[in-house]
Amino acid sequence: MAELSFSRENKWLRRLLIMVSFVFITVMLILPLVQVLAQVWDFGFKNFWEAVTDEYTLKALKLSILTMISAVTLNTLFGLAAAWAITRFRFWGKGLLITLIDIPFAVSPVIAGLVFIMTFGRLGWTYPFLEAHDIKIVFATPGLVLATIFVTFPFVAREIIPVLLSRGTDEEEAAMLLGSGFFQLFRRVTFPHLKWALLYGIILCTARALGEFGAVSVVSGHLRGKTNTLPLHIEILFREYHTAQSFSAAAILVAAAILILVFRNILEHVSEKDREF
Amino acid sequence: MKKLLLSALIFIFSAFLPVSGNFLLAADVEINNVSYDPTRELYDEFNGVFEAKYKADTGKTLEVVQSHGGSSKQARTVIEGNEADVVTLALAIDITEIEKAGLIKPGWQKEFPHNSAPYTSTIVFLVRKGNPKNIHDWDDLIREGVGVITPNPKTSGGARWNYLAAWAFADRKFNHDEAKVKQFLKEIFEHVLVLDTGARGSTNTFVANGQGDVLLAWENEAYLALEEAPGKFEIVSPPLSILAEPPVAIVDAYVDKKGTREVATEYLNYLYTPEGQRIAGKHFYRPSDPAIAEEFKDQFQLKMELVTIDDPLFGGWEKAQAKHFNDGGVFDQIYTR
Repeated sequence: MAELSFSRENKWLRRLLIMVSFVFITVMLILPLVQVLAQVWDFGFKNFWEAVTDEYTLKALKLSILTMISAVTLNTLFGLAAAWAITRFRFWGKGLLITLIDIPFAVSPVIAGLVFIMTFGRLGWTYPFLEAHDIKIVFATPGLVLATIFVTFPFVAREIIPVLLSRGTDEEEAAMLLGSGFFQLFRRVTFPHLKWALLYGIILCTARALGEFGAVSVVSGHLRGKTNTLPLHIEILFREYHTAQSFSAAAILVAAAILILVFRNILEHVSEKDREF
Repeated sequence: MKKLLLSALIFIFSAFLPVSGNFLLAADVEINNVSYDPTRELYDEFNGVFEAKYKADTGKTLEVVQSHGGSSKQARTVIEGNEADVVTLALAIDITEIEKAGLIKPGWQKEFPHNSAPYTSTIVFLVRKGNPKNIHDWDDLIREGVGVITPNPKTSGGARWNYLAAWAFADRKFNHDEAKVKQFLKEIFEHVLVLDTGARGSTNTFVANGQGDVLLAWENEAYLALEEAPGKFEIVSPPLSILAEPPVAIVDAYVDKKGTREVATEYLNYLYTPEGQRIAGKHFYRPSDPAIAEEFKDQFQLKMELVTIDDPLFGGWEKAQAKHFNDGGVFDQIYTR
């Protein structure tokens, strides 16, 4: 009620705020994306098709998808484990752990990349071991996955921790008293409650992983067709005056982003319905 | 509901699958060529030709994997473990850094002909169509009303060449009087309108944003700009400029580890064959072989006098770097704004 009267008294303020939000989102978020797509439209379908079916663009796309799937899968597992540990057990340093999960949000991706180089690069302390066992991490796919995991780590954990926290542990305790095993408990008691939050986290994580640029750029080595992900490829094409190709490849990422957003909205809708029951 | 979600997921991933399945065929032999930014088209064509030749000679398929980026940055990744079989970089000093890291044996610059530089380039002027400000030589840059575009020598490798070329000109003109040379350089930088951090940034400032009357640029970059915007610019080759020799080298530690020394050597040698030299010329690098360079005499002004960095005037990169571009060096003294 308070809100209602507030907004009635301040009609102009309400309108202003709504307008500002719309203008801001349009100018800062939508226009640049439309710009990309409009550019591609200008170049024509033939150019677009040639660009996106280019051998190296396809390899970059394939690598990006591979990296994304690996990173998202691992982050989902890590995220679940961390969220579970934080919300279901009491231990010293719990608050610290929650804060630490957010490190990737606070730290610049470049630093993440450099850390991996310092650790797994030729001058890093693990290199003699890696060299002896013929393992390549940086300047190879594992480095790309690691860098992506680092950057996208908080997305899954951040989504499910609040859900688990707000629900408390009563139902799990009851299930345990009734003799449920761990996996049964997880599958039948915990999971149904957090599945939407989890899916939501996975979707955000997917979007971010697909577009990751900074940390990946440091550990990539830019070997074309080997360690060049789609975002890196787009930047190189752009700098090399291949504007049409660059924008066409960028359109793939934009399309993926839109697809992911649409999917997210459907999910939100479905989950609201689901919660009503 | 679950079914709907699941089918949606499957639909999305299956949309990606066809493109991801096609590239499982690996080549018999693979080498990595870690290069710098503007050589992309050159090596695209050269690799195709060399791979075909290798297949014809040995029956094996070869794949040359390219990497492009800023020259020093690329050298750094090689030092950190990016396993390049060959490096084809902008500056000898970048390869020297890899040598210092112990990956390339000393003496690499004598391993291939022409100081291990299969192609060269030089600094030229890019001016607007018809050369409205009538710019032909370095002292035209300091004429009243001429706006100059060059990147910052503190951050850009290319810009250092611009600066040193101007220095070589002034040294001639003022008969080694260093005070006058510095004054000349100071005046040039007073005519600089925008000092970008990199060569590409400057090219964009001049070409896309329409700033300035003359861009000091690599010859090969200037030709790319001509191609990008046909009929809007022309190239002016000053009578005296500087000779840049982008060198190539085999990364000994990595080829020995991978057993690719033979193919890597053959690859770099092929750059020196008439065919390799012509590909370089076609992509606006000057072929090192004088006979092949002569074939491109309509494209390049071959009568230019080109000073090298090893000229006593500069005494090599390390000396030039220390004297001119380090903090407190000559550039800092003349450029105080």
